Amino acid sequence: MKQRGRALNSQLRNSFSYGGKSMRSHFWNRSAALLAVVAMAACGGGGGGSSEGAGDAAGEAAPAAAAVDPSTVGTISGMANFTGGMVPTMEAIDMSTEADCAAGYGADGPMAQNVLVSNGGLANVFVYLSEGVSGAPAASGAASLDQVNCRYTPHVLGVQSGQDIAISNSDNLLHNINATPTENRGFNISQPRAGITSTQRFAVAEVMVPVRCDVHGWMQAYIGVVDHPYFAVTGADGSYSIANVPAGDYTMTAWHEEFGTMTSSVTVTAGGTAEASFDYSGEMMGADVPMGEALVLEHGTKRIRVERIQ
Amino acid sequence: MRASRGTGIVLLALFAAAPPALAGQEDAAAAGKIVYDRWCAECHGETGQGDGSAAASMLPRPRDFAQALYQIRTTGSGQLPTDADIRFAIENGLPGTTMPGWPNLTDQEIDDVIVYLKSFSRFFAQGPAPEPLDFGSDPGGGPAAIEAGAAAYLTMLCEECHGLSGRGDGTSAPTLEDWRGLPIRAADLTEAWVFNGGSSVEDMHTRMLTGLDGTPMPSAIDAMNSGVVSPDEVWQLAHYLASFGPREMPPLREVIRVGRAEGGLPADGGEEAWAGVEAFHFPLSGQVVQLPRNFAPTVDGLWVQGLHDGNDVALRVQWNDPSNSPDPNWDEWQNKITAALDLDGAEAIALDSAGAPSVRPPDAVLLQFPFEMPEGTDRPYFLMGDAREPVYLWTWDSETGVGAARGRGLDSVEPLAEDPVAGEATWEEGRWTLYVRRPIEVESEGLDFVEGTPTPIAFQAWDGSSAEVGKRSSVSTWYYILLEPPASSTVVVTPLLAMLLTGAFGLVLVRRAQDRRRDR
Repeated sequence: MKQRGRALNSQLRNSFSYGGKSMRSHFWNRSAALLAVVAMAACGGGGGGSSEGAGDAAGEAAPAAAAVDPSTVGTISGMANFTGGMVPTMEAIDMSTEADCAAGYGADGPMAQNVLVSNGGLANVFVYLSEGVSGAPAASGAASLDQVNCRYTPHVLGVQSGQDIAISNSDNLLHNINATPTENRGFNISQPRAGITSTQRFAVAEVMVPVRCDVHGWMQAYIGVVDHPYFAVTGADGSYSIANVPAGDYTMTAWHEEFGTMTSSVTVTAGGTAEASFDYSGEMMGADVPMGEALVLEHGTKRIRVERIQ
Repeated sequence: MRASRGTGIVLLALFAAAPPALAGQEDAAAAGKIVYDRWCAECHGETGQGDGSAAASMLPRPRDFAQALYQIRTTGSGQLPTDADIRFAIENGLPGTTMPGWPNLTDQEIDDVIVYLKSFSRFFAQGPAPEPLDFGSDPGGGPAAIEAGAAAYLTMLCEECHGLSGRGDGTSAPTLEDWRGLPIRAADLTEAWVFNGGSSVEDMHTRMLTGLDGTPMPSAIDAMNSGVVSPDEVWQLAHYLASFGPREMPPLREVIRVGRAEGGLPADGGEEAWAGVEAFHFPLSGQVVQLPRNFAPTVDGLWVQGLHDGNDVALRVQWNDPSNSPDPNWDEWQNKITAALDLDGAEAIALDSAGAPSVRPPDAVLLQFPFEMPEGTDRPYFLMGDAREPVYLWTWDSETGVGAARGRGLDSVEPLAEDPVAGEATWEEGRWTLYVRRPIEVESEGLDFVEGTPTPIAFQAWDGSSAEVGKRSSVSTWYYILLEPPASSTVVVTPLLAMLLTGAFGLVLVRRAQDRRRDR
């Protein structure tokens, strides 16, 4: 069977969980808290109070979209380490139906991208501050998602809610970009040749939004949507770095499409660099992977029931 | 006076207008709930998540109103439908699915149920009312437009899913999934009467620009706005799609007329020999009488042509099936179908270690006749007869070819090895063409046809790649097949016979009259 890289399926295959509690509730708790703070800021100044005064009254509510003051921010950096067990073998993708795409790969041909380990580092882990952020600058600039040789580049993308996502096609063939979020409205757009760019955005935070191409069933990407800019995706070497984080205590969550989520506490000091790293092992394959909201299939079993021919 | 009345209205508006409007919505939702619980909940579920008690047998599944993903809209990809869009689906149903139209509901009931449906999803309350897209205007059809549309079909690479002949047999067709991860067909564009959003040029144009949310069918709007195709070309593409086949289901004809071949019977199912021979369409529906039932059959109809030469009868049967089973490319599809459908306790078969099914059933069709020519209108039970009244079967499957059998019910089929029926089938671009031929009268067991006497005929079909085997099939009711006697004999003999009979009758009358007179 073709490797589809669908975390939804792994969710069905195995209910095994290792501290991968769903972060959705954190999101909404935090969002609700933030909303409450904003509401207080808006209403709490007493008739005609200035927004500055309201900000003071609300204490920690940082004014949104303010320029970053370098004396108040630090950096978070770290690694997604693949520490234990065998690196799961990724299946080859059968791209024989698209020779032009297949030609873009070396002798080994295209492989699935579920688990990419290099020198002990795990790529494509989406890391983001899941608790402790209060107020954040609005999104600026567009994120980009490209389709290159019948794969998504990047495979995992982080964006801020409301941020433009420029989705382009570098392949001169038909792709459709079918995003199926739960908390947001989705989209499904065809790009029948190279050079087309579609701009989309997601209104609210959601980790993660699955994106697939129905023409090429192996094409799968994930978009993490958070309502602040304090996120990153680990690179090929497993490292990441998030700059300009206001000093404070945070919870950081790391999401991976096969290994689920892990959290870590992190304290950012002004001008300092805090470290938050995450350790993975092959035994964690098939963990509970939060995805927008569980899309529950009625049948998770692999037993196939067919009446025999008489 | 006037001023105070105006003030009163303002006051009323201030203190009363908003709450009654809300209350009105609540009343409508309450009224809508009554309609919903009675007519909709069995499939769509009490909380609108498309998980009613009947849902597990259905593909595609009933709409999930909580997620508010509506296929049939006039709004952009991912947008909510307008109230008119929802009304369209309720009034007309969604052909090709289990959703019927609801002519029994009043306008008011539909309005109320729309309010209630929208209350299942938080999305409707969040944003502004959805607005339809601007669809422009149709530059017109005709041969030139169809030709331009054919080019646009290839430019937009529609064939990747729908196939070059539009029968839903494109390269990507076996891997398509809906938003739930359940298998979904690329539409067979030759069967416009099962398009769930309507079959007119306007309907198809709308579907292309909006996409069908929750399915793999994307919106073409960015491709159009990028100039890959012009707005006129999208319209021309709709005209081209309309040229794939009839807009409406072909009219039902009770009797297949099998004419006498001039210049010999066709030797195979080839197009040339059968061109000009009238084709009769018969709808098939899922077998739902006995377990395991089939609520989502692949083969929903077939076309039959017939010719005879006084010695042999030849039939050509054609039906659309995007998979030439058994085909490993459809393994994943087969696995997903069996996992997705409630198979009513069908026998389980395992997957091998690579996840491939251990059984890949073939495609199959059978033509069913009474075992002996019945008296009057009596016919055997339509599901392969029973012990008392067996049926005579011409069987075909993609592994063993053509044969004959005696059926005494769906569980009891006994091959007739001596039967001289012969034939072959070919599959091309999503369509099977079956050719069968047999002497009109046979020495062996089995039905002898009688020229000029209508013989009951029925059909059954299986798509192996959709795990259709045994009773999981699609079936038709009984129709008739009539081998026409030679035109010359019909023309000469019938009037002659009538004259003779009339003459004889007259003679009898005259004799009786004469006898009476003699007796007197």
